[in-house]
Amino acid sequence: MRYKRASRPSACAPHTGMTIVTASSPSGAAQLSASLAHVKAAGWGKGLSILTRITVMAFRHPWQSGAAIGATFIASAFQLMIPELLGRAVDQAQGIMASGSLGVEAQDALLWTALLLLGASVLRGLFTMVQNYYSEAVGHHIGYELRLACYEKIQRLSFSFHDSMHSGDLITVGLLDLEGVRMYFSTALVRMIFLSVLIGIGAYLLLSTDVVLGLLALSFVPFVGWRSSVTQLRLRATWLDLQERLAVLTRVMEENLGGIRVVRAFSAQKHELEKFDQASRNALSLAHQRVGIRVANTSAMTLSFFAAMGLVLWVGGAKVTAGEITVGTLASFLTFMTILQMPVRQLGLMVNAFARASTCGARLFGLLDMEIAVKDDPKAPALTVTEGTLRFENVGFAYPAAPDNPVLQDICFEARRGETIGIVGPPGSGKSTIAHLIPRFYDTTEGRITIDGQDIRDVRLQSLRRAVVVVQQDSFLFTTTIENNIAYGDPWARENQIARASESAQLHNYVLGLPSSYGTVVGERGVSLSGGQRQRLSIARALMLKPAVMIFDDSTAAIDAATEQRIRSAMRRYASDRVTLIVAHRLSSLMHADRILFVEDGRIVEHGSHQELLALGGRYRALYDLQIRPDDETLAG
Amino acid sequence: MAEEMETERADVRDDGRRPPRAVVGSHRIEEEIFGKVFDRNIVARIWDFVRPYRRQVTLAVVAVLVFTAMQLMIPLIIRYAIDHGMQPGGDRSALLYAIIAFGVAILINFAASYAQETLVGNVAEDVLFDIRRAMFSHLQRVSLSFMDKTEVGRLMSRLQGDVNSMQEFLETSVLSVGDITLLIGIVGVMLYLDFYLGLLTLSALPVLFVVRIFWLPVARKSFMAAHESNSVASGALAEAIHGVRAVQGMDRQTVNFTLFDDKARTNLINHLKAARLAQVMIPIVDTLTGIAMALVIVVGGARVLGQALDVGVMVAFLFYIQRFFDPIRSLTLQYSVMQRAMASGQRLTDVLDVRVDIQDKPDAKALSAEMDGSVEFQNVVFGYNRKHPVLKNVSFRVNPGETVALVGPTGSGKSSCMSLIHRFYEVQQGAVLVGGHDVRDLTQESLGQQIAMVLQEPFLFTGTVFENIRYHKTEATRDQVIEAAKAVGAHDFIMRMPDGYDSQLGQRGGNLSLGQRQLISFARALVADAKILVLDEATANIDSYTEMLIQKALVKLLEGRTGLVIAHRLATIREADRIIVLQNGELIESGNHAELMANGKLYSKLYNLNYASFDDIPEDVMEDAASPSAT
Repeated sequence: MRYKRASRPSACAPHTGMTIVTASSPSGAAQLSASLAHVKAAGWGKGLSILTRITVMAFRHPWQSGAAIGATFIASAFQLMIPELLGRAVDQAQGIMASGSLGVEAQDALLWTALLLLGASVLRGLFTMVQNYYSEAVGHHIGYELRLACYEKIQRLSFSFHDSMHSGDLITVGLLDLEGVRMYFSTALVRMIFLSVLIGIGAYLLLSTDVVLGLLALSFVPFVGWRSSVTQLRLRATWLDLQERLAVLTRVMEENLGGIRVVRAFSAQKHELEKFDQASRNALSLAHQRVGIRVANTSAMTLSFFAAMGLVLWVGGAKVTAGEITVGTLASFLTFMTILQMPVRQLGLMVNAFARASTCGARLFGLLDMEIAVKDDPKAPALTVTEGTLRFENVGFAYPAAPDNPVLQDICFEARRGETIGIVGPPGSGKSTIAHLIPRFYDTTEGRITIDGQDIRDVRLQSLRRAVVVVQQDSFLFTTTIENNIAYGDPWARENQIARASESAQLHNYVLGLPSSYGTVVGERGVSLSGGQRQRLSIARALMLKPAVMIFDDSTAAIDAATEQRIRSAMRRYASDRVTLIVAHRLSSLMHADRILFVEDGRIVEHGSHQELLALGGRYRALYDLQIRPDDETLAG
Repeated sequence: MAEEMETERADVRDDGRRPPRAVVGSHRIEEEIFGKVFDRNIVARIWDFVRPYRRQVTLAVVAVLVFTAMQLMIPLIIRYAIDHGMQPGGDRSALLYAIIAFGVAILINFAASYAQETLVGNVAEDVLFDIRRAMFSHLQRVSLSFMDKTEVGRLMSRLQGDVNSMQEFLETSVLSVGDITLLIGIVGVMLYLDFYLGLLTLSALPVLFVVRIFWLPVARKSFMAAHESNSVASGALAEAIHGVRAVQGMDRQTVNFTLFDDKARTNLINHLKAARLAQVMIPIVDTLTGIAMALVIVVGGARVLGQALDVGVMVAFLFYIQRFFDPIRSLTLQYSVMQRAMASGQRLTDVLDVRVDIQDKPDAKALSAEMDGSVEFQNVVFGYNRKHPVLKNVSFRVNPGETVALVGPTGSGKSSCMSLIHRFYEVQQGAVLVGGHDVRDLTQESLGQQIAMVLQEPFLFTGTVFENIRYHKTEATRDQVIEAAKAVGAHDFIMRMPDGYDSQLGQRGGNLSLGQRQLISFARALVADAKILVLDEATANIDSYTEMLIQKALVKLLEGRTGLVIAHRLATIREADRIIVLQNGELIESGNHAELMANGKLYSKLYNLNYASFDDIPEDVMEDAASPSAT
């Protein structure tokens, strides 16, 4: 009676996919599950091709997968021997009892049966171990390969892809979907082989011994197999639903705690508790429902199993009394049933594993097969910077998501080494897009951009990105020390280089005041920096790279005017070596530029120096009047 | 210039060395995962949450016991059937009785297992949600100083991870009762059926027990390592996703890939090791099972002779043997579950025990909506740390309907004043009066209803624009919301959104610009319709177009209200009825723009520096202006 409660959490498995969500990444779980729920099961044909693809991956480890499958056959063979041997032992004992004597022959026979049984048990254990270990190992190897592939793909996919994809969804694919694919070999494929062998050969053995009794003994198999499959699929569906409801709950809690000052300011605690209760009740009722589904089915499965056993006992008992079969045969039938019970219950898990692998695989391979929009020819030459001249030639651009809605049209300008170009315009005018086209975060849809006459699409991407550095609007801090963050683009950098860049970015003094100076950990789990400090750090980061073209994409907005002024004068030393492009909405950030382009609705509508544009009296002038106190023009940095 | 660029800048060197300053997904803060196995205080605290369900728990325990008894009965019935119903010349009706008994037993078994699992499953869920609610509602009341110094992520991991491990503990502890009784039952029944054979068979049990005692710490360490390296690799992946723009912009893909490979490989090795350790128990258990069965056959077979043992007993033994290692396996696992639960329980009670510093007095009055709307500080001394007051003996009064601008360098105590009006913190000395009442004599809720606050960083909730503007005023109508949005000039951009007022805001309003979020938070304050408005002007640079809208909205917002504005922009400051200048926690001057310009103190100096905003003034310049010696 190897009956095990299905509800038991398996604390033995530290890496089942689900625990990732519920335990370790609270905030991530919110996003992960939400997207999971929207995935419909792939069509049969597609599902099959995905499963084939995973299977092929598995067989790329021929030794390990061979060992797993071979051991599966052997383990099930030994498993099947055990009821036979037990039955034989019972018969031998019965014989001894009936004959009333214990001859040497009978004793030997009994001893042999015992030894065989011991041998079968030991071998069953060993081969089960081999089967489990190697099928898991194959899964882990697949997991490792997919993880790397996923990581690489995510790193290489262009901005346009990342713009359209919620980061939480990508994490789902990289963690949960990968898990579903990884588990396929052990929980779906090998288990299927194991179950087919066990049930198939077992059924043959039983039926060939006694058809009626065999049918009775197997009668629970279809019912339990069907119930467990239906239940698992239902539990899976409700699990996804539950995750979604829990995600809402998580969000309510997270926003409440993150926005606690707003909550307190409005004395909205009652309102927040109501929100919490509603989300909580929603999740709880589904959790109860899931308990109901699970329990109703496990109880029914157990009952059907025992009912079949009762019938076998009844009919078999009558047959024993009638002398048709021996007690040993009956015992072996009963043992066989107990052996079959667990695997049959697992049919549902197997069905679930197939379903999971095919939906997860669809998403994962969808990501891995994604075309990279901005890519280069491996044979392309490296960019050679000689004069350091950047040219926009009739550049037009539309985002791939909205090809009919051009963001930039007819942009033409030239910038020579040592020059500073300012780009200004109302929000949404396309000024940041200009910055993003130069390092090919996006490709132009019309016209071309050249550096020293080389079309940037014809040179190696790596060489381009090393020549062009954008200080981005939202500077991402990695959770590591300040020095590692500054040296992000040049991780071999020496300390004095880092200090120098940091000094130029007016960050040095602040850093020295921190408890561990440059060794202070910043980022998500470290010391939090203010917006201005973050921007200064990312300027330092860019300065480390000594680029030929340096672009500030509204990256000084949070830095006060005076500090910005100092950064500017510190950089003036290097400015002669490069083209500097400043995109900003604060005029004081760019009015010193050699030339200023005023962009509106994707076109350059005014250009010239600060004085020229003021004199022109157009849009630039209007913006200037708006920003700068008309009565004291003197403050212009 | 071309030659100046080191092309090997970020790559891994040929000799396999990794760049010294490159890391991916590092720095994780680890918490104690395992505590004591049993901690009386924590169990008592958890019991408080279980107590409301004690009837269900008692029933569940009874059901577990009945269920276990049936598990023990079934082999006995089979034994009876074999020994009495199937022996040559045996009683035919014995088989029928046995079958009837079997039928009854499995029905009881069905009912008991159904009851047990339903009760345990549901109670564990209920308790889980109760604990979470208790924590959440407690966090609504604890002082802001606690919230200020506690990371949201940490609290979330209490509310989720720790609460979940509590649930696991509750589920398994009731089921453990079943395991223990099953184990005792099997031992008892075997000894009863045949003492000698029972003793012999049971000798395998301690072996397994000892093996597991040695195995468990090793295995657990390995499982933990696998879990840990998995989190590390997952963290690195998440970092790559969130920071992808920086990664590509700095061209770090190649080196990151190598570093990630290192982590993924460690993870692979750890998992393979953990899998080996997990699987190694299988042949051990199977061998012990085999030995026990062989013993029963050899010894039992010999004892059948001379009627010392029935064949049925032998069969029953064989059935029991296949079961009796299960409870040991789950009981040893329960040990880890308990340790984990105690560690989590400690953290949960830590949260529940955070003192609530600011509470309503038992006789606190509700601040009536008819109060005059005045705000008064009387000799207020206050500091986040008692030894370092942030406000030193500050007194001022804001008359009903007046707009006062609070001005001063960073750290002068402006924000603290704002928090004290709402009684986010308690004054050390003196008093803060709102509508003529000491805030400590009022209920916090009524105080909040009469004070609307706009924070520097607009915080929006997930939901529609409409829900955000209405926020907790669920009774506000759509017209009121639209009216408020129109008043602050947010209506136009809201209508340009795909679903107008029903447009969903992204996480924290991510699909809106900072200025737009600010306008929505203005509208929210307007709908709250409070007598007093406290506003911390945004310092972040907002584009000039939105800026104009905000200035206009501000005027609208302050209409007919008492206003206290922490002002950064000169335009706002000049518009105020009165300006209060704070420096180092002291009120140094107050008056309107013209008066302050005339007296030639700090304000006029700062103003004459000609910066568009006081925040643009560099610290050293500010210090020069502030020091009395500078003239």
